[in-house]
Amino acid sequence: MKKQRLIIRTVILLVLGAAVIYTLYANFTKDDNPEIEVGKKAPDFVLTDLNGEKYRLSDFEGKGVLLNFWATWCPPCEREMPYLEQQYQNYNDEGIQVLTVNVGEATVTVKEFIDRHKLTFPVLNDKNQEVLTAYGVDPLPITFLIDKDGIIKKIHKGEIINEAVIADMAKEIKP
Amino acid sequence: MKEVKCECGHVNPHGTVLCESCGISLIEEKAQGKLHDMRYEGSARRSQTYNKTIIDKIWNFFSSVKVGVWLIVVTLIASALGTILPQEMYIPTIMTPAEYYEDQYGWFGKLYYQLGFHNLYSSWWYLVLIASIGVSLVICSIDRVVPLYRALKTQRVTRHESFLKRQRLFGITDAQTVDETFEKVKENLKGKRYKIREEDGNILAEKGRFSRWGPYVNHCGLIIFLIGGMLRFVPGMYIDDMVWIREGETKLIPETDGQYYLENKEFTLEVYDKEKDNKAFSEAIENAGMVAKNYQSDVILYKKVDDSVAGEEAKLEEVKEYDIRVNEPLKFEGFALYQTEYKLDELSSMSFNLVKKSDNEPLGNLKIDLNEPEKKYDLGNGYSVEIMSYFPDFEFNDDGEPRTKSRVPNNPAFVFKMLTPDKPDGEISFVAIQQTVEPFGDNEYQMKFAGIETKDVSGLTVRKDSTLWFFAVGGFIFMFGVAQGAYWNHRRIWIRRKDNEIWVSGHTNKNWHGLKREIGMILDGSGIQEPKDQLQDE
Repeated sequence: MKKQRLIIRTVILLVLGAAVIYTLYANFTKDDNPEIEVGKKAPDFVLTDLNGEKYRLSDFEGKGVLLNFWATWCPPCEREMPYLEQQYQNYNDEGIQVLTVNVGEATVTVKEFIDRHKLTFPVLNDKNQEVLTAYGVDPLPITFLIDKDGIIKKIHKGEIINEAVIADMAKEIKP
Repeated sequence: MKEVKCECGHVNPHGTVLCESCGISLIEEKAQGKLHDMRYEGSARRSQTYNKTIIDKIWNFFSSVKVGVWLIVVTLIASALGTILPQEMYIPTIMTPAEYYEDQYGWFGKLYYQLGFHNLYSSWWYLVLIASIGVSLVICSIDRVVPLYRALKTQRVTRHESFLKRQRLFGITDAQTVDETFEKVKENLKGKRYKIREEDGNILAEKGRFSRWGPYVNHCGLIIFLIGGMLRFVPGMYIDDMVWIREGETKLIPETDGQYYLENKEFTLEVYDKEKDNKAFSEAIENAGMVAKNYQSDVILYKKVDDSVAGEEAKLEEVKEYDIRVNEPLKFEGFALYQTEYKLDELSSMSFNLVKKSDNEPLGNLKIDLNEPEKKYDLGNGYSVEIMSYFPDFEFNDDGEPRTKSRVPNNPAFVFKMLTPDKPDGEISFVAIQQTVEPFGDNEYQMKFAGIETKDVSGLTVRKDSTLWFFAVGGFIFMFGVAQGAYWNHRRIWIRRKDNEIWVSGHTNKNWHGLKREIGMILDGSGIQEPKDQLQDE
């Protein structure tokens, strides 16, 4: 009788406790897009660069992908561009593709920015913000590191502040 | 833990105050009082009896009504505090929240922010408070409903004299003057819909026991309500997003897994017209200025029918056409699109004439799509204009350089290069709204502003709420429990022979006046005296 009571009480308390802990956990992760998480498959997309060349993310399976989102009006994005540019060639040698996605600004504006910063890596333009929506991008800049199997390995929120940061990124996704 | 055997032979759980069966007082001190405390039928609330393990201690903590009331009071105070200043989600994003609260509300704002009250309703401690109320509800209810059920089920017809004597309504009548079989009384009791049990010529008449479960039914409703609130955190159960669509634009609806697209054909804002609308309102309209009559977005919903991925042009199939108005959302697959915001007259294109300053003669016209300007506009006859830079939302940065704040053409500015037969290298001109700068000296040619076109933008809330049923069902059960507890009374009348006397006692959980009147009617003409209200005698 006494033992039974203890068991019943324990079970009820455990169920209630689990519900509370789940609610707290869910509350603190509610801002994250559930589809976009480290360890999950990166949503596939097709975007065109300024020269009209199409890029499909899944075509890069077998290579690591550094996927960076940016805008011309975002100063931290502008500051990190030189690091991306410097690493672009090294990354290529290591089997990592750098892809950057502009948030859908006018081609004239993006082109002017590319010319000014002498960027050579592919700049894709997300005209309808569909890829931004799919990746839940907010705020800018944000960098996704995707491995050779298309799995998100790391999400770097905010600016890439120096070369060491970007060098570290390569380790995560080197095929 | 030993159980308590009553002199009537019934075995009660430890901690019982009044024997479940005969009602005799099992605790000496309690027996001294003139009236019994009939709360929970004097049953053993389990929390009050065992306090051995940590589980028991936690259980007992939440089982206390006092603790429950304090949790509610603290939650009320906290909820009130959260309304003193606006929550984080409602403040403008012009500066960081830390700066904003101090800037707007001084030291109090700073403290408010530091204490985390700017995000109170999703703070961990607030959620813990709400959750504790839920836990308290469950445990309090279990701890009371089980013993109460037991006690009411076990009660015997023949109660102990001390139990009857200590009821609030109690009276003794000399048996000589009474019809021994109580036939008339029983008939009256049946007429009042009492359930009658008899034992050795004694009577227990009871009705409305149903009422006693009201509070617990009510709590079940509340718990379902809380579960609904909890489910909002489960991904996919509750979506509250926003989509802005310009007129003429087709956009992916967020959170629909890339499946649904919406085209905005037209946005309309209608206002009341004092000439055309009911004359009775003309004065009010004049006082208020502009009064909105209708906000409406005419849209077409599309579903994607191929397996294209994000960014790729998708094959779309029209699902339906609909006019979204306030409170008339477009509904599909559990989603609802509500008209919530709008932006009138966003610039969509600008026209310029290329003119020679000396004679002001237009040499060609160009219309620039502000969302996607061309690189070069050929005006014929050797005249052309190149866009060197484009700033859709122009401002000067801290270094005095032109830049754009966003991709939205709120304040477009251009750097034009005008190529003409007599200036084949081109002349550079910076043109913003109401402003022209010629950085390399006086130009011979000029881009003359020739007009704008605008489009409205609809802001629609994307809402999906699969938890509403929990609130509806929980709310209904809650109200049912309230009605059950409030509109029924649990009444009991005991009639017992004791030697040459007839003892009558009455108990109700509320509305004693009603019970007294009813007993009066039941005993009328039977020769039994109406029991007295012992509380009023004092």
